[in-house]
Order: sequence, then structure tokens, then C-alpha cells
Amino acid sequence: MSLQSFFAMGGYAPYVWSAYAVFLLVLVADYIAPIVRRRRLLRDLRARMARQEARKQRRASTGRVSS
Amino acid sequence: MIHKALHWSAPLASPPSFYRLAGKIRPWCLCLALLTAAIGLYGGLVMAPPDYQQGDVFRIIYIHVPSAWMSLFIYATMAVAGLVALVWHVKLAEVVTVQSAPIGAAFTLITLVTGSIWGEPTWGTWWTWGARLTSELVLLFFYLGIIGLYHAFEDRRQGARAAAFLSIVGIVNLPIVHYSVKWWNTLHQGTTVRVFGPSTIDPSMLWPILVMALATHLYWAASLLGRIRTDLLDLESGKRWVRELSQVREGSSR
Repeated sequence: MSLQSFFAMGGYAPYVWSAYAVFLLVLVADYIAPIVRRRRLLRDLRARMARQEARKQRRASTGRVSS
Repeated sequence: MIHKALHWSAPLASPPSFYRLAGKIRPWCLCLALLTAAIGLYGGLVMAPPDYQQGDVFRIIYIHVPSAWMSLFIYATMAVAGLVALVWHVKLAEVVTVQSAPIGAAFTLITLVTGSIWGEPTWGTWWTWGARLTSELVLLFFYLGIIGLYHAFEDRRQGARAAAFLSIVGIVNLPIVHYSVKWWNTLHQGTTVRVFGPSTIDPSMLWPILVMALATHLYWAASLLGRIRTDLLDLESGKRWVRELSQVREGSSR
């Protein structure tokens, strides 16, 4: 079978390949979504920890006792 | 017996242990999924002969049928996790329930869209309100409803329990999807692949479907483990293990 006839899919190329494209795109989106969420979570967490650290140091430098 | 089971499942119940274990298993599932998908697609797109009635358009079967199976399988596992979450208040079961829904919705969407693309040249229509298509659409609405209900609650655990309840209610739809082609005679073709009894499909066309089914199950495992890991980080973001991890793994995506 030639490569050309493989891509032609017996005249059904638009149907077959669009179906496979949907399959691929939806699963890629499913794969990427938690990675994006994870990155954002860790970035937010690091920012929060940095703020807490800064607050602690500010308190220490003004010599105030935290209530 | 129960004590032994508890002993063995103890590392699973602890979020940091589960996080580490899932992180070890996940890449293997993903690699095996890609490998089996490559074999299955080669078998389905290149090696299998064209269908005597439908020609090459039947090759959509190699993604349509495995995705349809996954849409039911994921729903069943999600509902079982939901039951465990409701009865025993297991936090991890709540996470599994909620995190299963987007993967199930993805496979259901693939099933509907690829089925629609397949229907146009073979039935002459993109969509009919037949029993199989309608019940599969209802399945998608259950998945979306479960995701929406979870997000509608301020308290995450309350939301997870509401989602678990809805997932159990939706079980009634599963036999309707499965038996719809038997109970009602519609455009959708009948069952050709059977676990019990002979399949009415040539072995050269059948094996790539089964290999693709294996590939989609492996992908589901990888996706679910990845989603659970991410969700555990969110749930436990105040805990020491997550704080340490966020410092050590800075900039890493794993």
C-alpha cells in the first residue's frame, strides 16, 4: 500500500482523519489540563510562603511580639 | 483479614505516600499506552482490510469503540469510588470520584463526535435521536453535571460528596447505553464484539480494537493518577510535605 493511498483512505480521508484528530486533540487537552493546574498551584503556594516569610521578618525587625 | 487489608492499603490512604507511588506508576502507564496505541493504530489503519460495505471509513471504529467502552468503564469506576466515598468517608475515594469525571467526559465527547463523523457517510446523517446516541449524550450530561455540582459548593468535601451521590444516581443510565442497540432497533449497528460468545467481526479487524482498548485503559490510569496527584497537592497545600515539595521541585513539571 502506498503512502498516498493510506492518506486517501479510499476517499474517506476527511472523515477518518478528522475523527482521529478529535481523538488526539481531546486527549492532549485532558493530559495538559492537570499539568497547567499543578504549575499554577505550586506557583501560588511558593508566593504564599514567600509572603509569610516576609511578614515574619518584618515583625522581627520592628521588634513587635505577634499577638 | 481486614487488618491485613488495612495494613497493605495504609500507604495508599496517606496522601504523601499515594502521591509518591502514583508518581512512580504513572510514567509507565503512559509509555505503555503510547506503545500499545502505536501497535493498535498500525493494525487498524494499515494492516486491517477495508470493510466490504463501508470501505475505509469503518477505521473510525478503532477510536470510536474503545472510547465508548471507556465512557462506560470510567463511569462505573467513578460510581464505585463515589459509593466508597459516601459510605466510608474515604478522602481518596472522593478525589478519585471527582477526578474521574473530566476523563470520562473526554472519552464520551470523543465517542459522540467520532460517531457523528462516522454516521454522516454511512447513515447519511450526523445525528439521530436513536436510543444509543441519546443515552450516550445523557452520559455526557451526567459527567458534566458531576463536574458542575462539585464546583458549585464552597466546601470541597461537601461538593465531592454531592458529586459522588449524583454519580451513583447516574448508574441507571449505564445498562441503557449498553443494551440500547438490543432493546431498540435504530440506525446504530448492533454489537459486533462480544466477550461471551463469538464476535461477528473478522479477527484481522478485531485485534486492533482490543489493543486500542488496552491503550485507552492505560491512558486512563495515567491520566487519573496525574489528576489525583495534582488534586492532592491542592487539598494538602497547607501541609509540610507539599510545602517542602514546592521548594525542592521548583520549576519542575513532574
